[in-house]
Amino acid sequence: MMRRLLSVWHARNLEFIRDRGTLVFTLLLPLSIIVGMGFIFGGPPRPLFKVGVVGGAAAARADAFFHTRYVQFLAVPSAAAGLHEVRHQRIDLLLEPGAPPRYWVNTDSPKGYITEKLLLAADPHALRLPVSGKALPYLDWLFPGILGMNVMFSCLFGVGYVVLRYRQSGFLKRLHATPLSAFEFLSAQVLSRLTIILIVTTGLYLVIATMIHFHSAGSIALLLLITVLGALSMIALGLTVAARFASEELVNGLLNLLTWPMMLLSGVWFSLAGSPKWVQWAADALPLTQFLHAAREVMLYGAGIGAIAPNLIYLALVTLVFLGFGAWSFKWRI
Amino acid sequence: MRAPILEVRDLLKQYPGVTAVNGISFSVPEGMCFGLLGPNGAGKTTTIEIMEGILTPTAGEVRYRGEPLGERFREEAGILFQATALQNFLTVRQSLAMFHGLYAHGRDIDEVLKLCSLEALAERDNRKLSGGQLQRLLLAIALVNDPAVLFLDEPTTGLDPQARRNFWALVESIKAQHKTIILTTHYMEEAELLCDEIAIVDRGRIIAQGVPRALLREHFAAVLLELPRADFPDGARKLPLQRIDADDRVEITTDDLDATLRTLINAEVPLKNLRIRPANLEDLFLELTGRELRA
Repeated sequence: MMRRLLSVWHARNLEFIRDRGTLVFTLLLPLSIIVGMGFIFGGPPRPLFKVGVVGGAAAARADAFFHTRYVQFLAVPSAAAGLHEVRHQRIDLLLEPGAPPRYWVNTDSPKGYITEKLLLAADPHALRLPVSGKALPYLDWLFPGILGMNVMFSCLFGVGYVVLRYRQSGFLKRLHATPLSAFEFLSAQVLSRLTIILIVTTGLYLVIATMIHFHSAGSIALLLLITVLGALSMIALGLTVAARFASEELVNGLLNLLTWPMMLLSGVWFSLAGSPKWVQWAADALPLTQFLHAAREVMLYGAGIGAIAPNLIYLALVTLVFLGFGAWSFKWRI
Repeated sequence: MRAPILEVRDLLKQYPGVTAVNGISFSVPEGMCFGLLGPNGAGKTTTIEIMEGILTPTAGEVRYRGEPLGERFREEAGILFQATALQNFLTVRQSLAMFHGLYAHGRDIDEVLKLCSLEALAERDNRKLSGGQLQRLLLAIALVNDPAVLFLDEPTTGLDPQARRNFWALVESIKAQHKTIILTTHYMEEAELLCDEIAIVDRGRIIAQGVPRALLREHFAAVLLELPRADFPDGARKLPLQRIDADDRVEITTDDLDATLRTLINAEVPLKNLRIRPANLEDLFLELTGRELRA
């Protein structure tokens, strides 16, 4: 028995070691995650409190409060915009420099309470303007992330792997011998996956929303539009990856290369608000970031189409560029 | 002479370091079953795939009804590749319906199922078909658009003898409907049975072309004697015989059987294992190339 077991064990090990793509990704993926997370969350200690400053902090640099350690000062364009952030506890305090300075603090926010103490210690004459508003429960914040992640995996792997399998098995070659054009084939794949995604995501939304008693603050129709554009952009990415290649290892590697950065950088699990600027720029380039930002704005804060138009336009552009590239580079056969 | 439905002109297909097809030309009249016969790697599949419009030739052209391959050809051609996988989780009928939907015109699906003896399997998952059944389904898919020209690329490779004979019967029934068939094979029996005309391909070139029986008459005398190589002594090699040395046997062609037998007896060649049979396409290929067809 042992001999047979060892024989199979040895052969399987050889198979694994010789499958270089899998081996490389098995070793490199955990390493790259650690290195990436180190870059994102490493470095000096992060600020504990966030203060929005109307008009920017530059004009008030001399004030003692602006030298408080572990407080991050963020420029906000207007008091109204900053107030929205304070109400949702996305910043701990909003300050308008002047004589005397005015500040808005959320009376429901524990961090707002501490930040107020720090401000008054530096400037006891600051004028207090209390506001109220509950912080978002983490589950509510996570909900769009989970939906987006599901859309991403389903679109990238669902489309990428299927097209690869069709090519490897010769099914694409057989289709090539019919009047079917590459555009028709790709469009059918896109529409099929989009239909499935919309049904699955709607089902998931209904089940999870019922479970966690979630009610979208914004329009469901707008949410549907975001999901359509988000899914299309991911499907286009998946098709681009699978457009030419016939190697399972390579396609698997490329799909992992796309999904892992999006998992970590697009704000599925946590906000990247405090991360370095270059990380945020990189994250903004990812379609999942745009998708989740738009979805959260609508679901959590009731944003209208105007507020999320840049996200929608970006997703539409990504879709067009990658679908165009995918169709152009598409190969029917190995 | 019937008008050619397909014309192949000076086909050349080169890959880095390899010339797969080297100047092949022929034409196929409508309603004919035309066979491309040759060993593995001879260039048959490359030639047929260029004819199907799947591969682009390095030089030369293929014309369908006098015109370059185009939309009309794709609508009117039925193709059975050497190996094709179908979509998972679809039944035989659903697979047929999918391909049926790709063409502007087609045959009724039930009619195709009947033609290919698939009625009883219509609702079966196509992953659960045997090799012969799957090949019949692939043929049914090739027929679903009621093609004017049908390409069969080594259609019976890998089938057991019974399934192969069933498949031949099916192809003969399609031939009876006056469809043009282009068949590649390395089974001489298949070519002899199904093809009205054959082209023997070797190393990317046609080395012989014509009606199978006429080709055999042209290259062979009446009979062929076959002896195990071990039974043929070195001393007999100098005998004035028309001889071909195959891997395991020696083949002698003659139109004077009595005289040849006398020569062998006089040279003390043991005749215990001698076989006398008519020549076939396998022998023709051996005669033309010095190599066996399935080598």
